[in-house]
Amino acid sequence: MNFEIIKEYMPLYIKAFMLTIRIGWMGIALSFVIGVISAFIMHFKIPIASKAVKVYIEIFRNTPLLVQLFFVYFGLPKIGIRISAEACGVIGLGLLGGSYMAESIRSGLGAVKVSQTEGALALGMTKGQLFRSVILPQAFTLSVPAVIANVIFLLKETSVFSAISLMDLMFTAKDLIGLYYNTTECLFMLVFFYIIMLLPVSVIGSIIEKKTGFKMFGE
Amino acid sequence: MGFEVLLKGNNFIRLLGGLGVALYISLISVAISIVFGIILGALMSLKNPVINAFSRVYLEIVRIMPQMVLLFIVYFGATKVLGINLSAEVSAVIVFSFWGIAEMSDLVRGALSGIDRIQYESSMALGMNTMQTYIHVIIPQIIRRLIPLSINLITRMIKTTSLVMMIGIVEVLKVGQQIIEANRKSSPNAAFGVFATIFLLYFLACYPISVLSKYLEKKWEN
Repeated sequence: MNFEIIKEYMPLYIKAFMLTIRIGWMGIALSFVIGVISAFIMHFKIPIASKAVKVYIEIFRNTPLLVQLFFVYFGLPKIGIRISAEACGVIGLGLLGGSYMAESIRSGLGAVKVSQTEGALALGMTKGQLFRSVILPQAFTLSVPAVIANVIFLLKETSVFSAISLMDLMFTAKDLIGLYYNTTECLFMLVFFYIIMLLPVSVIGSIIEKKTGFKMFGE
Repeated sequence: MGFEVLLKGNNFIRLLGGLGVALYISLISVAISIVFGIILGALMSLKNPVINAFSRVYLEIVRIMPQMVLLFIVYFGATKVLGINLSAEVSAVIVFSFWGIAEMSDLVRGALSGIDRIQYESSMALGMNTMQTYIHVIIPQIIRRLIPLSINLITRMIKTTSLVMMIGIVEVLKVGQQIIEANRKSSPNAAFGVFATIFLLYFLACYPISVLSKYLEKKWEN
């Protein structure tokens, strides 16, 4: 291990790290929006839309992100749809993540006990009040662990972006190994940056899980 | 649209062969993961502090390290640092098993800890010894819980094996790229057709398995 080399490569890795984080979090934000909308559509069983959402979820849950990205980045331009690599990464991650988030949030909404709904209605709450003050807070708590697991999963999936020539951590590492053959240092830095990116999320995630867990009622 | 490329020569057969390579690697990894995952999961539920500390670190590494990074470490790192020359296939199986064992052991631990004390106590009250309790009461319940989850692990493994093209294994994506390159002149739009087909092939490989997993999970719900 040569620390001179590590110092030399540091700026390149930091740049790649920033890019990975930027695309990762943008994709996760998008996936959250798609997930919440899809989950609500499924929960309220909106006629045609809920069928469409189910098809979307099955398609994206049953194909790998790499294949999705290849299709969007290399395939779609051939029929006239051109998307930049960065947008492609965000959209790809958003669509994949959306299908996972939708399932997690929907199962959270579905796991709120029927007695809660009945109780709220017996107290004379309107449908809107019932949803806002009874179902939503509990569903939120119930879906937190799965949503956090999804966030970690999606941040890990960003490593696939190197395949569509986005200059992320993986790409930088592979490039530098290919150019200078300092494999040990490059791999060490790769692992180091992924730990910086994911360990805090993992730790904070388990703290949030514990904190929100107290809000459960009737257990 | 570029679909016609697949009808030329044995292009489609080659694509299926590529998918076969990916499925082959994932099935080997799943088999290894299930066997060792069950052993590790059982060990974890013994609540031995040393095993627990070890498994926590192991699970956390798997939880936060992308499989792609692990692939690079094993494939490029092993050669450079340890001087062992692993083939890409072997490194892929090592990495995916490493990941799968962690997932499987966590599932086994969850299934074991999900069984109520009452089950053990009642069997003892009925005069069963430990051996009989496990064979007739505990293990059948665990198997029911584990089978849907392990089937689910197979689909995740198949999806993850698409990464192996990044370390140079010629699987379905790589074959697809080769076909596109070879027909660049005659059908410039091949990329759309080929990647759409690969997309569909992966879906056809994974979807029935996830449906089966969901069906069994519902059927065996207590």
